[in-house]
Amino acid sequence: MIKHPITIAGLLLAMFAVVGVGLVAVTHQATKDQIAENERMALLNSLNALVPASSIDNDIVNDKTVVSDIDKLGTKETTVYFGRKAESPVAAVFTSIAPDGYSGQIKLLVAVLADGSLGGVRVVAHKETPGLGDKIEVEKGDWIHSFQGKSLKDPKPAKWKVKRDGGIFDQFSGATITPRAIVKAVKNTLLYYDENKKSLFLAKKQAPAKEQMAEAAKTESGK
Amino acid sequence: MSDITYRQLIRDGLWNNNAALVALLGLCPLLAVTNTAINGLGLGIATTVVLVLSNITVSLIRNIVRNEIRLPVFVLVIASFVTAVELSMNAWFFELYKILGIFIPLIVTNCAIIGRAEAFASKNNLVKSTVDGLAMGIGFTLVLVALGAMREFIGMGTLFTQAHLMFGEAARGLTFSMGDNFQGALLAILPPGAFIALGLMLAMKNWIDQRNEERAKQAALEEEPEAAA
Repeated sequence: MIKHPITIAGLLLAMFAVVGVGLVAVTHQATKDQIAENERMALLNSLNALVPASSIDNDIVNDKTVVSDIDKLGTKETTVYFGRKAESPVAAVFTSIAPDGYSGQIKLLVAVLADGSLGGVRVVAHKETPGLGDKIEVEKGDWIHSFQGKSLKDPKPAKWKVKRDGGIFDQFSGATITPRAIVKAVKNTLLYYDENKKSLFLAKKQAPAKEQMAEAAKTESGK
Repeated sequence: MSDITYRQLIRDGLWNNNAALVALLGLCPLLAVTNTAINGLGLGIATTVVLVLSNITVSLIRNIVRNEIRLPVFVLVIASFVTAVELSMNAWFFELYKILGIFIPLIVTNCAIIGRAEAFASKNNLVKSTVDGLAMGIGFTLVLVALGAMREFIGMGTLFTQAHLMFGEAARGLTFSMGDNFQGALLAILPPGAFIALGLMLAMKNWIDQRNEERAKQAALEEEPEAAA
């Protein structure tokens, strides 16, 4: 039987696809642990910058829950990491989003200490103008440190604004929108914390139970 | 084509037929990531690795692959290598990987790579294809680094910031800075700055080439009367 040229071509192409996928699979196997470790370390480093490792004794990266309050936290699903020492709450780190930056969302880490004051704020990702709005990055300016120690009591909620709007936070020359968006997002996160602090730290203890139940339900339906 | 010398190959890759300056291929990453010299270097090295690997592979399989499935096979080869490089960078150069972001996967669509596979590696032997890939890749990298350095210096007054992301902590000393008071020209960092800087580089290359040509002509003219006499 003489094979049609198109069959040979097809087989050849399939062969190359198999070899290509094989190469990718091998690389994936060789690198996946390192990549997962990199991501865990990167997260741990940014969390530890806000909640010092010495102040907690739990595994903050895995002690987390997902909450939902689109008005205050900026997205439908906000991950919250908990720092605890001897089982008592030390801090909650919110992955809040300021939705109204100059060019799109500004992703934040907002650490709220158990007493309601701020352990610190960091900008994780943003698309603000280089040279103007990007002074919110910790590498490019001290501005983001101005949140440290602030709470809803100090300053009063009405003063949680940039100076131009009658508040206490500096704006940058040429860029008011960016700081305004962040100040608002941080204030909203504090408000959320204030309303939910009682239930928030208990969330972790409920979450695994829920997951187990969900998994149990899955295996049930699988049968 | 097959009697091309290695000297010519290298000269083509670095200057005469430079992927970025003459062929104007792969401009998307070229313009997008070159806001610092180290970003340019990182992407340049990643591109060079893919270019060499794809040239080697394409040259090895050039007699097996039927003409009609040539392009899909090339694309497959390139895409596989890019994915492997992307995963490796994610594992071992995590910080740099985060900065370059989307532009590593986009190496797949760098026309310089499939261009060399189609125009050179599919017609030449293994050694020549390897040298060609290396020369083209280095030529591309040099342009990326030069463009990055130019924009970084004018825009931020620094050179080789974040060198430690690539070469480890010891390389922090490489970083050069004009000091905190340097007011950079913001334009250089923004996308228009990339176009302007690339335009200047193209103009400079053409100017040098023209001058060399004129000199060669002049030299030829001066020699001629002597030869006649």
